[in-house]
Amino acid sequence: MSNIAIEFENVGKMYRLGRVGTGTLSHDLNRWWQTSILHHEDPYLKIGQTNDRSQKGTSDYVWALQNINFKVEQGDVVGIIGKNGAGKSTLLKLLSNITSPTTGVIRYKGRIASLLEVGTGFHPELTGRENIYMNGSIMGMTKAEITRKLDEIVDFAGVERYIDTPTKRYSSGMTVRLGFAVAAFMEPEILVVDEVLAVGDAEFQKKAIGKMQDVSQGEGRTVLFVSHNMAAVKNLCRKGIVLENGQVSYTGTQNQAIDFYLANNFSESKTRIADSIIFKKSFIDIYSIKINNSENVESTIVSNTEYLDIEIEGETKEPFSFDLIVTFKNQSGVPLASLEEGHYKGTIENIKIGKFKISKRIHLPKYLSKGVCLLDIVLHHPNVEYYMKCLDCAILNFDGNYDGFGVPLSLSARGFAGLECE
Amino acid sequence: MSNEWTTEIKPKKKWLDVDLKGIWRYRDLYVMYIKRDIVTKYKQTILGPLWYVIQPIFTTIMYMFVFGGLAGISTDGAPQPLFYMAGIVLWGYFSESFTVSNSVFSTNANVFGKVYFPRLIVPLSGITSSLLKMLIQLVLFIIVYIYYYFTLENHSLSLNWSLLLFPFYIFLIGFHAMSWGLIISSLTTKYRDLKFLVQFGLQLFMYATPVIYPLSAAPEKYRVILELNPLTPIFEAFKYGCLGCGSLNWGGLLYSTIFLCITLFISVIVFTRVERNFMDTI
Repeated sequence: MSNIAIEFENVGKMYRLGRVGTGTLSHDLNRWWQTSILHHEDPYLKIGQTNDRSQKGTSDYVWALQNINFKVEQGDVVGIIGKNGAGKSTLLKLLSNITSPTTGVIRYKGRIASLLEVGTGFHPELTGRENIYMNGSIMGMTKAEITRKLDEIVDFAGVERYIDTPTKRYSSGMTVRLGFAVAAFMEPEILVVDEVLAVGDAEFQKKAIGKMQDVSQGEGRTVLFVSHNMAAVKNLCRKGIVLENGQVSYTGTQNQAIDFYLANNFSESKTRIADSIIFKKSFIDIYSIKINNSENVESTIVSNTEYLDIEIEGETKEPFSFDLIVTFKNQSGVPLASLEEGHYKGTIENIKIGKFKISKRIHLPKYLSKGVCLLDIVLHHPNVEYYMKCLDCAILNFDGNYDGFGVPLSLSARGFAGLECE
Repeated sequence: MSNEWTTEIKPKKKWLDVDLKGIWRYRDLYVMYIKRDIVTKYKQTILGPLWYVIQPIFTTIMYMFVFGGLAGISTDGAPQPLFYMAGIVLWGYFSESFTVSNSVFSTNANVFGKVYFPRLIVPLSGITSSLLKMLIQLVLFIIVYIYYYFTLENHSLSLNWSLLLFPFYIFLIGFHAMSWGLIISSLTTKYRDLKFLVQFGLQLFMYATPVIYPLSAAPEKYRVILELNPLTPIFEAFKYGCLGCGSLNWGGLLYSTIFLCITLFISVIVFTRVERNFMDTI
């Protein structure tokens, strides 16, 4: 038990919505009177509600985080995932002591370096070298420590040539590199990373991810990683925590957490495939979209399934000509394969006024990999206009192909399908 | 088991909780902040730190013209340039320290929003860098003083032993400025109205302090009000120490010191309360 590095115990954080900062004098006085003089409970704590940003609440106070309980073991790399506004950044802010929790206790061992946004305290007029010292000491390093690591930092950031140039002359990428380098070399026991990698170029991202892996594996440090990039979470993390409306909804390995997040995120409000239509022409009504005769968002494709049936039913007030696109994407949104037959054959289909039914039977490759795919379904007239876009509308769980050695290849390692040869 | 944790973050802290250990641990940051203030202030200027002395020279000339010439306010027998410069150097230190402390949250919101370190480092380094600026201006004052001492005949200039208290005066002024600055800064994070008050309040406050006039020149009925100002005895005592005008009022200095203890105490309480949650209100 003694190797727990971070512990959240019943942590909650409440915010007041709306006009923060003004008109709060009466609330402040009321709160002060109730809690300090009468020793009642804080009257505003009770009416706090869970944080669902899409629904209108009756209270001005919301819990950005509520009942957060979890422990992180030393050396773990934990990915924190969740939708926008789920409370990820608030959680990191509490952990890095920038704002204090409303309830509960957070405990941790050692020094925390947070990369909430790198380059904190960089002054544009100061040179790269001066900024390394500035930034390093803001993060709690001593001058001697920074001097010892200066060469490594400069080398890692790859800005040797500009080291005595004011950082206002730096490109934004260079600034981020420098900031990340300082944080990475301060040797914190706990590293908190929030989506910083999005800024650097591919080479640097690789370097940064490598460094984070070294930090966690080689040096036994703990890393908390917040990202929307499922691929990065998958690669980097060993554990995952899913936040939803300010509460922990899942803890487990990173793969389980990602699966839970994706499944949950889709099925939460969207149970039918057709719920994901983000655009359609006003003269068209779509009754249903079915995959293999089911309107369910999620479907499993077992080994050696030959076909995928897609069926769109609806009604139109105007005739139109269309081609159907079905795009298969991986979890990070990278397209893997698509059906767009009209494009190859140079054909287009016509729909008359009234009810219609579009049925397509897609031949699936024999050697499908094991993994999860997302589907986009689009009706368009090539190069003219779109009639309907239904994006990220379905999740296909491919079971993979067990012929041969009885072990399927994985989608993330080998791609969508295996090729065949003579 | 629980004593293994190095840090515990809890919602409510004690009402007076100054992280002195933390401030000591971050002493390098304190030095860095001072360095940054000095290095960046006059970057891309030609005259650079010379501005430190140009400012008081021109202000002195201006005061000589407006207050000494046009308004004809007495300088209590001291040469006008010296009298005004003495006031300007001290007041400049006060107003600069006040402004730095007062803008702690607004100018550092960016940094405070991302990293934790003892926030008191920032105002402390702020008053230190304005102290350095003041010392440069003091050198100028000494040069002008020597010039007048040896060229002017029949002058009343005299140094006396009370000038040994000068470091104490400086300490008082700096921390008066910091505590007022911090109190107002902390309140401003929530109630922005104060921002407007401070802008002209500081200017008005200068006229309520014997900077450009000697206390003895103030009408009897207003003198009580001026004496309530904790800065008054300090300015008067400094002028008494080197210009031979003004007065050394022990009671006044004691009053000023007690006043400082109280405001400093309040300011640290308010500041540490606000720093815990200011990111949510700013």
